[in-house]
Amino acid sequence: MNKYSDKIKSVLTDLGLSLLSIIVALIVGTLFIYLTDKSPLDAYSALYIGAFGSFRAIVNTLWRSTPLILTGLAVALPFRAGLFNIGAEGQLLMGGFTAGIVGFYFTSLPTIIHLPFAIIAGMFVAGLWGGLPGVLKAKLDVHEVIATIMLNYIAMALTINYGINLFKETGRPATPRIMKSAAMFNFNNMNKYPFLKDLPLSDLFSQPAIRLHLNFFLAVIAAVILWYLLFKTTLGYELRAVGFNPDGAEYGGIKASKSIITVMFISGAVAGLAGVGEVLGTHFSFMQGMDAGYGFTGIAVALIGQTHPIGVILGGLLFGALAQGGLEMQFSGIPSEIVMLIQALVIFFVAALQVFKVYLAKRKAKGGVE
Amino acid sequence: MPREDNYILDMQDITKIFPGVKANDNVNLSIKGGEIHALVGENGAGKTTLMNVLYGLYEPDGGQIFYEGNEVDLDGPEDAIKLGIGMVHQHFMLVEPLTVTENIVLGSEPRSGLMLDQKTAQKDVKEISEKYGLFVDPEAKIQDISVGMQQRVEIIKTLYRGAELLIFDEPTAVLTPQEIDELFDIFKSLKEQGKTIIFITHKLKEVKTISDRITVLRSGKSIDTVNTEDVTKEDVAELMVGRQVLLEVEKTEANPGEEIFKIENLNVNDNRELPAVKDISLSVKKGEILGIAGVEGNGQSELIEAITGLRKIKSGKFELRGKDITNFNAREIKREKVAHIPEDRQKRGLIMDFDLKENIILGYHDLEPFSRNGIMQYDNIAQYTEDLIEKYDVRGGGMESQAKNLSGGNQQKLIVAREFSHDPEFLIASQPTRGVDVGSIEFIHNQIIDRRDDGAGVLLVSAELSEVLSLSDRIAVIFEGEIVDVLKASETDERELGKLMTGSQAEAGGESNE
Ligand SMILES: Nc1ncnc2c1ncn2[C@@H]1O[C@H](COP(=O)(O)OP(=O)(O)OP(=O)(O)O)[C@@H](O)[C@H]1O
Ligand SMILES: [Mg+2]
Repeated sequence: MNKYSDKIKSVLTDLGLSLLSIIVALIVGTLFIYLTDKSPLDAYSALYIGAFGSFRAIVNTLWRSTPLILTGLAVALPFRAGLFNIGAEGQLLMGGFTAGIVGFYFTSLPTIIHLPFAIIAGMFVAGLWGGLPGVLKAKLDVHEVIATIMLNYIAMALTINYGINLFKETGRPATPRIMKSAAMFNFNNMNKYPFLKDLPLSDLFSQPAIRLHLNFFLAVIAAVILWYLLFKTTLGYELRAVGFNPDGAEYGGIKASKSIITVMFISGAVAGLAGVGEVLGTHFSFMQGMDAGYGFTGIAVALIGQTHPIGVILGGLLFGALAQGGLEMQFSGIPSEIVMLIQALVIFFVAALQVFKVYLAKRKAKGGVE
Repeated sequence: MPREDNYILDMQDITKIFPGVKANDNVNLSIKGGEIHALVGENGAGKTTLMNVLYGLYEPDGGQIFYEGNEVDLDGPEDAIKLGIGMVHQHFMLVEPLTVTENIVLGSEPRSGLMLDQKTAQKDVKEISEKYGLFVDPEAKIQDISVGMQQRVEIIKTLYRGAELLIFDEPTAVLTPQEIDELFDIFKSLKEQGKTIIFITHKLKEVKTISDRITVLRSGKSIDTVNTEDVTKEDVAELMVGRQVLLEVEKTEANPGEEIFKIENLNVNDNRELPAVKDISLSVKKGEILGIAGVEGNGQSELIEAITGLRKIKSGKFELRGKDITNFNAREIKREKVAHIPEDRQKRGLIMDFDLKENIILGYHDLEPFSRNGIMQYDNIAQYTEDLIEKYDVRGGGMESQAKNLSGGNQQKLIVAREFSHDPEFLIASQPTRGVDVGSIEFIHNQIIDRRDDGAGVLLVSAELSEVLSLSDRIAVIFEGEIVDVLKASETDERELGKLMTGSQAEAGGESNE
């Protein structure tokens, strides 16, 4: 018997189940497309072509999945420690806003200092924003769902209502544009750099409307780091122990309060990086509406990725593809409501799948233990 | 075809395979109508699995089941219940905030209109409880009644659904000696009324007292079915284990050294903030085993949780090697070379979703060689796990399988392996052999005595009077949160302890604590 075969099998079943829920969602979606007199086949082929049909489509799918991977991670990590982080939205806003301020305020820093500074500042502030509900939970037993929801509202008020207002004179609902030195590298500009322009794909990347930027790679790196943290480090061991069985963890001398605060700080910082990337890589200023509900979609991304960091990358790519392909679907005449509905169906069936899985596990456990 | 006419149940060639484990391997079990049949075997022998197959919880991979002469196909517990098969699980499946009556009728309630017909329900419950001598308080909430009463509720529940064949999975593991006697009276009256009983146990004394016939499983196979009157306890033990087993503890006289652990005037509250431990003072010496005897629920759990850093105390203090450790947390206490086998292995002792190698380092996971600079050293851990699994004979799946897939007794052995492997100088053992088979009890007892002879102090809590009596050097009797007496184990017996434990002052006064 191969000791890894069971593990691989269980990962495959998980993946299979996720895939199944997507297929069911698409099938149910056809019913709604019929209502619009369009052919579902045309609609879905538009979806596919929009997301994967060309080099540009694929690259922009990656671009759209970037913030979703990050918010998905910000939900998945605390989930493993038994916490439900509804606050990725607020953490994203705080991170993005901070990066936006740092990005325009310092006018004469070289990129090598300015960009990392803006990224780290954004992640740090967002980390504090996530850590705060952690502290409230650990010290005062305030439920993290309540605390994070409240902090979402406060973050919106602080950044959008109050923060952007400070810069009314720009004439648009945004902070001033960031300095070039704080902008994230965009692949569209590859052929402007001496060394990179000789790379094989640089021509393809230089075609218009390519939006992929550095943050996608930061997101993938973040996922790998979190995977390592969760499954290879002592901290990760403790987090998972607390998540599975707080009483057992306490017996094992693990301080739940320390784990809770740490995990919430880290996930806040990761959600913050989503906002940082939108500001420094996509919009070049902190704008009203740039959060686009990423924090909440992140919950679905985390669930479809089975709260496993690598699964979350896949989940983020799926939702990125739905968003990118959804545009093409709209161009082909499907109302945007239907596009949103299909995305909602995917979320719905993924959630239903989780309930089903819990049921399965219960049924198994009923017989499995003594 | 069933093999004999008077068999109410005949399970033939049952096979059940889990990934990597053949839990049942062509098992045969035939039960006569109206008998009490004991199912015994080592931990992981496949007893629970076989009963889960019978109750429709598991689909067997092979074999046939005949019930009352007909072959049956059980797709779920509903099918089993319809046939008249009922099961009382070891972990009760009751709804805590509901009343006894509500729990019993749940799922098949008598109704008047849309409402629960309380009157009929209570009448039915009363009828059953009187008929079989199953005393329950119909209006009490589950969360407020004793474990013994909860079990009676489970029994009434199965009878209410018309059970003729009742399955009990280790029903006595969680009961006090008095409750066990009561349960056996219930068994007898069930039998008189024509019911058939299958029960699983690890206690051979119980097998001899109550059963008519015995079936022995070993490593998934049915070894033999014998008439109880034809065999001795030793015979059964040998059938189970495949070798001779020492049923009595063999130990030499203790050789106590200086004091290692001392409790002074300890007061602890329970979960409802009522006093549970009242002004207890105790001391344990190096090289001795101090047993705590008492009916469960008299403050033992709170006492142990307090001194292991898992529960806040109200007042008092405790010292280890003369060092005040009253305010130490669980981790700090562990680091003082204190080992702790907790009474509830599933709640405290294990992370059920972790695999064996993650569980076997719980509490030591941040120490070398398991962890270095904050990185887990899984290669070292795997090596370590392999050694311990072998040394402590933890069976049923390798180090990558989750603790929840182990049989109950093997879960216990996993904890024992972990706690004994860090040279403890003070060992706190709560119900160390609960749910463990005879062979492993022998092994665990020997381990405890070895630790003692190595000079460790041991504090032992057990609901099993014979265990306390045979292992301990001194015995402290706890009643309603107070230590009523401390006796030399060699100078007392079950009768005297029994009296002290229930609060009736014994005539004999043992030596006092100080
Ligand atoms: N759900 C499961 N998944 C995988 N393996 C299992 C599962 N349930 C039981 N096993 C394995 O099957 C074997 C038989 O287990 P079972 O629980 O029937 O033993 P048992 O005789 O009841 O032991 P105990 O006396 O310790 O309760 C064990 O090796 C156990 O590890
Ligand atoms: Mg069992």
